Amino acid sequence: MLLKNNGQRFIGLFIAIFLLLLLMCASIVYGYTDTTWGMVLDAFQNNNGSNEHIIIETVRLPRSLIAAAVGSSLAISGVLMQTLTKNPLASPGIFGVNAGAGFAVVLAVTLFSVGNLQAFTWISFLGATVAAIAVYTIGSTGREGLTPMKLTLAGAAISAMFASFTQGFLVINEAAFEQVLFWLAGSVEGRKMEILTNVLPYLLIGWLGSLIISSKMNVLSMGEDVAKGLGLNTGLLKIMVAIIVILLAGGSVAIAGPIGFIGIVIPHVTRSIVGIDHRWLIPFAGILGGILLLAADIMARYIIMPQEVPVGVMTAIIGTPFFIYIARKGFNAR
Amino acid sequence: MKTAIETKNLTLSYGDSIIINELDLQIPKGEITVFIGGNGCGKSTLLRSIARLLKPKNGAVLLEGNAIAKMSTKDVAKQMSILPQSPIAPEGLTVLQLVKQGRYPYQTWLKQWTEKDEEEVTKALKATAIEDLKDRPVDSLSGGQRQRAWIAMTLAQDTDVILLDEPTTYLDMTHQIEILDLLFELNEKEQRTIVMVLHDLNLACRYADNIVAIKDRKIYAQGKPEHIISCPLVKNVFGMDCQITVDPLFGTPLCIPFGKGRCILKEVVL
Repeated sequence: MLLKNNGQRFIGLFIAIFLLLLLMCASIVYGYTDTTWGMVLDAFQNNNGSNEHIIIETVRLPRSLIAAAVGSSLAISGVLMQTLTKNPLASPGIFGVNAGAGFAVVLAVTLFSVGNLQAFTWISFLGATVAAIAVYTIGSTGREGLTPMKLTLAGAAISAMFASFTQGFLVINEAAFEQVLFWLAGSVEGRKMEILTNVLPYLLIGWLGSLIISSKMNVLSMGEDVAKGLGLNTGLLKIMVAIIVILLAGGSVAIAGPIGFIGIVIPHVTRSIVGIDHRWLIPFAGILGGILLLAADIMARYIIMPQEVPVGVMTAIIGTPFFIYIARKGFNAR
Repeated sequence: MKTAIETKNLTLSYGDSIIINELDLQIPKGEITVFIGGNGCGKSTLLRSIARLLKPKNGAVLLEGNAIAKMSTKDVAKQMSILPQSPIAPEGLTVLQLVKQGRYPYQTWLKQWTEKDEEEVTKALKATAIEDLKDRPVDSLSGGQRQRAWIAMTLAQDTDVILLDEPTTYLDMTHQIEILDLLFELNEKEQRTIVMVLHDLNLACRYADNIVAIKDRKIYAQGKPEHIISCPLVKNVFGMDCQITVDPLFGTPLCIPFGKGRCILKEVVL
């Protein structure tokens, strides 16, 4: 662990928050349309309706806020999933949220010719929720209730099922393919502020909830039997985790489509910085997740300008070397 | 004699197969009780069910006269702790962090960490002689140290009843004795009720005030080792022929299994 005591962790947290804010500003300032820090200030204080000001307010600002919110949510749900499944490779996708959301969107496009991002938000949120509930229910059947193994298997099966359905629909309907492909790649670009404000209440509940259950997650991480022996209601906690993951990961996929990697990598990066206490791990992961997605999104604008690299690809390009470095050092190098 | 734990008409099952059938058991307060029995006889299952880790199919477990199924799980955790078989600490968890978790049942939203919590943790570290190891990660400790750290966690829970599922498994002889001595002392000094599953019959005879031998989904015999351990008991419970003699140092029953092996006595006594 990099930060060894609570004093260092507090300082680390402030630095991380500062970095997050800095990147949020940078995300507003830098891009294809030339803007400056001064213009951004102007756009907020006395917007004169110029092209730059409009871009800053309606394109860059939502994009920056969305990247921060989605990155945080994915990272936090990744932490929760890895503790719940005791699987270091678990991600929110294990709950079937991405596959469920993808299928719902494709279904809506094919059957009901829905075609705008706004509508995709609710449809994908619904799809994610349905898939997650299915995974949770199947994973909970049997005597011992939800076990890490059953959850992982149920998640893999449900995800594979929805993914095949999605592909089937796309093969039949080529027009839908065009429309859905950009959504399936995952992006924080081109979303209106409204999409964020619609989903934000759910994310807020998820963030707050994840902080509230953080000390209980510490108990759960010691194993089901020990946790029960210590008086933790593990069944209730697991349901709470499932709900929070649906809110955060489902909300994220609703806003930005499926963005992988952050949910797997950031929890590990964070553990190597602050250790395994969820009371620190969850807030730190949230902030670092936001930082990674913002950084990836900013870089995505510059690599093949004027085109943009899908942000999902960028997170992988930035995250992988980090991941390999940590894996080589050992996940909990002391 | 007071009863700490009582089971009434307790039936336990995995799916359709009954493991323990209509069991009425009393566990005396302030004593060391050891469950013995062959592999798969249900002794661990019984312990887990007493610890509310396993829901009974039928019947009830009473703790100090109250049905645990009707108590809040946190209240149970203030009276009874359980150390499951070979628990695994998350990677990187330090001994101190582990032992502190023992105070979980006492923590509420308003009262996160009190002086009393700190005191109990220090006491538990001291009792298990792992104060020097408190900043070490649990996964870097030796088997015996690790088990002492886990026992320290259950001690920090500050309960009158401590349940342990095979606390000496995977430990070498020295560490087995060390753990059992530690538990024996806790019982002697603080009159804590200790209930555990042990595989070693001879150690069970030496440390237990009360032995519960389990066979065929029910209790075969219960009582002081010197009263109940006999050749027929071992034959019936474990399916093994043996000779019972007296431990030359402690005077407790000592079981010598029959079977093959090098015999260097001039006259074969079997």
